[in-house]
Amino acid sequence: MDMLISIFSVALFASTIRAATPLILAALGGIFSERSGVVNIALEGIMLIGAFFAMLISYLGREAGLPPLASALAGAVGAMVFGFLISMIHAVVSIRYRADQVVSGVAINILALGLTGFLLQQIFNTSGNSPSVPNLPAAPIPGLASIPVLGPIFFNQPPIVYIGLIAVPVAAFVLFRTPLGLRIRAVGEHPKAADTVGINVFRLRYLGVALSGVLAGLGGAYLSLGQLNIFTEGMTNGRGYIALAAVIFGKWSPWGALGACLLFGLADAVQISLQNAGVNIPSDFLLMLPYVLTLVALTGFIGRSNPPAASGVPYEK
Amino acid sequence: MSDRVPVIEMRDITKVFPGVIANDHINLAAYEGEVLGLLGENGAGKSVLMSILYGLYEPTEGQIFVRGKPVEITEPRAAIELGIGMVHQHFMLVPPFTVAENIILGSEPRSNLGTLDTAAAVQKIKDLSEQYGLDVDPYAKIEDISVGMAQRVEILKTMYRGAQVLILDEPTAVLTPQEIRGLFKIMRTLTKSGFPVIFISHKLKELMEICDSVTVIRRGKMIGSIDIAEATPQILASMMVGRDVVLQVDKGTGQPKDVVLDVNNLQATDHSGLPVLNGVSFQVRAGEIVGIAGVAGNGQSELIEVITGLHKAKAGSVNLNGQIITNHPAKDIIAKGIATIPEDRHHRGLVLDFSIADNGVLGSHDQPPFARWIRRAFGAIKTYADKIIKEFDVRTPNQEVLVKNLSGGNQQKVIIAREMGRAPDLLIAAQPTRGVDVGAIEFIHKRIIEQRDAGKAVLVISNELDEVMGLSDRILVMFHGEIVGELPAAEATEDELGLYMAGAKRNTPEQGGEH
Amino acid sequence: MTASQESTTTVKQRIMTVVAPILQQLFLPAGAIVLSLLAGAVFILLIGKNPVTAYIALVQGAFGNLFSIGETLENTTPLILTGLAVAFAFRAKLFNIGAEGQFLMGALAATWVGINLPMPAGIHLLAALLAGTIVGGLWGGFAGLLKATRGVHEVISTIMLNFIAIFFISYMVTGPMKEVSALDIPQTARVLPTAQLMKIMPPSRLSAGIIIALLAAGFIWWLLWKTTIGYEVRAVGLNFFAAEYAGIRPNYNMFLAMLISGGLAGLGGAIIMTGLFYRYQHGFEPGYGFTAIAVALVGGNNPPGVVLAALLFATLSQGALGMQNVAGVPQDTVLIIQALVIFFVAAPQIVRAAPDWWAKRKAAAAAAAEGAQMEGGTA
Repeated sequence: MDMLISIFSVALFASTIRAATPLILAALGGIFSERSGVVNIALEGIMLIGAFFAMLISYLGREAGLPPLASALAGAVGAMVFGFLISMIHAVVSIRYRADQVVSGVAINILALGLTGFLLQQIFNTSGNSPSVPNLPAAPIPGLASIPVLGPIFFNQPPIVYIGLIAVPVAAFVLFRTPLGLRIRAVGEHPKAADTVGINVFRLRYLGVALSGVLAGLGGAYLSLGQLNIFTEGMTNGRGYIALAAVIFGKWSPWGALGACLLFGLADAVQISLQNAGVNIPSDFLLMLPYVLTLVALTGFIGRSNPPAASGVPYEK
Repeated sequence: MSDRVPVIEMRDITKVFPGVIANDHINLAAYEGEVLGLLGENGAGKSVLMSILYGLYEPTEGQIFVRGKPVEITEPRAAIELGIGMVHQHFMLVPPFTVAENIILGSEPRSNLGTLDTAAAVQKIKDLSEQYGLDVDPYAKIEDISVGMAQRVEILKTMYRGAQVLILDEPTAVLTPQEIRGLFKIMRTLTKSGFPVIFISHKLKELMEICDSVTVIRRGKMIGSIDIAEATPQILASMMVGRDVVLQVDKGTGQPKDVVLDVNNLQATDHSGLPVLNGVSFQVRAGEIVGIAGVAGNGQSELIEVITGLHKAKAGSVNLNGQIITNHPAKDIIAKGIATIPEDRHHRGLVLDFSIADNGVLGSHDQPPFARWIRRAFGAIKTYADKIIKEFDVRTPNQEVLVKNLSGGNQQKVIIAREMGRAPDLLIAAQPTRGVDVGAIEFIHKRIIEQRDAGKAVLVISNELDEVMGLSDRILVMFHGEIVGELPAAEATEDELGLYMAGAKRNTPEQGGEH
Repeated sequence: MTASQESTTTVKQRIMTVVAPILQQLFLPAGAIVLSLLAGAVFILLIGKNPVTAYIALVQGAFGNLFSIGETLENTTPLILTGLAVAFAFRAKLFNIGAEGQFLMGALAATWVGINLPMPAGIHLLAALLAGTIVGGLWGGFAGLLKATRGVHEVISTIMLNFIAIFFISYMVTGPMKEVSALDIPQTARVLPTAQLMKIMPPSRLSAGIIIALLAAGFIWWLLWKTTIGYEVRAVGLNFFAAEYAGIRPNYNMFLAMLISGGLAGLGGAIIMTGLFYRYQHGFEPGYGFTAIAVALVGGNNPPGVVLAALLFATLSQGALGMQNVAGVPQDTVLIIQALVIFFVAAPQIVRAAPDWWAKRKAAAAAAAEGAQMEGGTA
């Protein structure tokens, strides 16, 4: 019992939020893409690209003489830009050339792995860790950070965490309360109906994929510039797929995905905590949890799992 | 007519697609306050004409005038801006969205912050609703509402965008009688406010009831336009089906023997729960050809799919040679002796990327002589393919050619050869000559008659009245998921069948099931 | 025309009717590979290196001596099997991204049998391979079952199963199957000699697995093209509805396809354990299952093509190290090339458009040249 209490500490929940952040950002991106009708398996690859270029731009910023905070911010922006660019490959191949969206996504993931490894080797002459770079560590919000319990959990986190948490209600708002969101959703459910009222299906799908690029890119930036300050080859380590699982598990809704990401983040944090406490429960089963839960959700045991009806189907006029 | 300017006028509209003239110099004029009926069978060209008006196609020739001014309509947005409101036959509604969301999609009202001003939308919808008697629940989801309400939502969509003319494409196909009354009431309200309404339908009774004039189209050509005061169902029916001369095969008379197929009060619903078969009952005997006539969409497709085990029957029974086969697996039904020429050869009948040889054994591929255990016997398959090609005169360099590279007529021949080659007890031929050139049509008809003469039971289902009349010994007519008419072929005339097909007449008892 | 002239023409014509379709089929993958290599060359140029020397170093790294040839072939074996797995599933129109998980589960199962169930030599090996095949098959079949009974999309389910496999194996290798030793990286015990595949080309590490892989390719080719099973699977993949109409059960066939697919991948895993590594090391994640996707696509989902594509990709990955050491080009370049190949095969219009684009450029250049000439002339 004591051990249980010692594990479920404030630090654990703070840790949960941090673990969930990259997942949340990537999941939100995945939601916009899929809601507009384009399946995006490439979240993993986009995050990796984001992580790499965040590190690279931050490094270059420092080399150029920028103060550390500016370098790191530039890195975060760079991550979003390059995430966008890579996602555009997926967009063009899937929307313009109507290729199989899953195949395209898988190819992007391989491309990202290759590209980041290639550049890491070429620029830094290493295949493991990059040099350390200016990052964006915890930035406590004055006043709020000293609130007991809630303070350390919500208000003493790296800036990207704040962005991630704010992004959820913003995404929900855009998706469900604005005309743009209505159209995006229409295009993913019944593109022909949208077309007949004059909506440009292709343009909105490009937008959906672009948003996934920007958001997943930022999620990747958190990996290299959030808690760490380096890039490691393959550092996304499957998080893009967990984000995808969160999208499905959260039923393609920002709040649902948030819940799923927090759950998955909690599993991750608990598993580390247990290991540190020397507990003998195999951490592997906790690490397995997000994937098992998603399988269960898919088989319909937790209500129907309905993706947007036209998701994955290239649109032809 | 008077010298009023029509609200919408289509002059000399011609639309040519590769290989077919869909519209051939058609004239149409819709005046204020009037309901103009557009009558024609499926494939006559009505939908193409309306798609041109709505900007989904551009005419090869001809012009469109709105209130006397020539216009070019290049896309739906342009049509909407001109006040052309189209309610499609297949609803263009997003199922998980609410009524309000569907109505405003693309023309959303915004609040100052740029958000969706749902309140303003709902208010405007309520106002329009009241003004035109279009009762809807703005907050209900499309997937939960009735078909009648869905249709009102589609109409409101056009009103919301300031439509000045309303086009309804086969609106009553999916409505109950009560809902049809409701729709007519709405139409009268609209015309009283000055709107012209174009009412596209193949249902004579309804056209007679609601229209002020009717324009009839057949095979892409305009047959004529007639005031309702001067029209009768008989006149409309004969204009619709016409008297085109088609090669009539000398079919002789059948010698019907025992009952092979016995269908009893068959009922079925489609995937959204709507009834499609409302109690179908009929029999087919060995040595006779029974033809089912009807306009497409009255349950014929579903009937075939239920009989062949590809769709569930909710009630009723299907018996083959005395054995119950209702809801049995397709493989079983094939084994028991039913062969089907499906109505859509690309969807059901062929694997387009397979060769002629492989398609020739589709369905018998795992039985001797075409296979021993799991090993395919290519010698036997080859011989059979040669036989098919020779006997049915399939034009192809060889049997390895992929079926997708054959012409439609030759593809059909492969299917027919295959199905007849099974020596079934019952042969079902659905749209057997659809998309087939004239030369092959006669050939196919001859073969079907041969089957009858060899003692098989044959069921022919076709939208082409000439075909049904030419082949059948006995003709049934399907309307709204029921058999409404049964006539010996020798006594049936086109006019009379047209009346049955359009729901204006029946000579069979009413069955169970919904109407 | 003389008689001999006539017969030569027909012989040539006859050869063409056989060769032409093969050439047509090869056009897309060959075109994709060529374009990808060209693009890869651009990358190499961008970092200031010589693509020609780089590619030569690559080929040498893969085939330079007997040892490297053996290594390349040894690398080809798992790619053939996982490639066959993905290709077979594709024939049923199923996307098996789970080949990696099925491969690893098969590897674990074979290792377990190899360690724990001593049997006479030969039989033990067969048992290990069989165990790998069955476990891999079940792992794939499970996804197939979910698809057939509950309509679960196989892409997501197999991705999930990949991760579940990795973590489950991690648990086993660090727990119940862990060899007690002082090594840093947890690993299982070594597979007994009675369960090991013999080497066939010392000093390289090439094992008899390559023969098994080629036999498997032959078997799958036979299954796909000569049996009713293959006929039904292909029919379901090409036209679900026509298959249904013909009495073929699409759901059953999709399940069966995943079962066979998983079995092939599992066999690949079993071979790599009994033929190369002999023990399962924690963190073993070779990624064959993902390269297999490119292999299957480039191979046209056809066993002979898969074998060739497997060889190609094994060459790329084996030569990559040589390329890095000798020519200084990062080995991840081959991953980039691999990704590009997938893009080009998946979006055939790009490959088909390439010759047209090239022709247009030439025409435009010629027109510009002519225009300049004319101006020069009149000036």
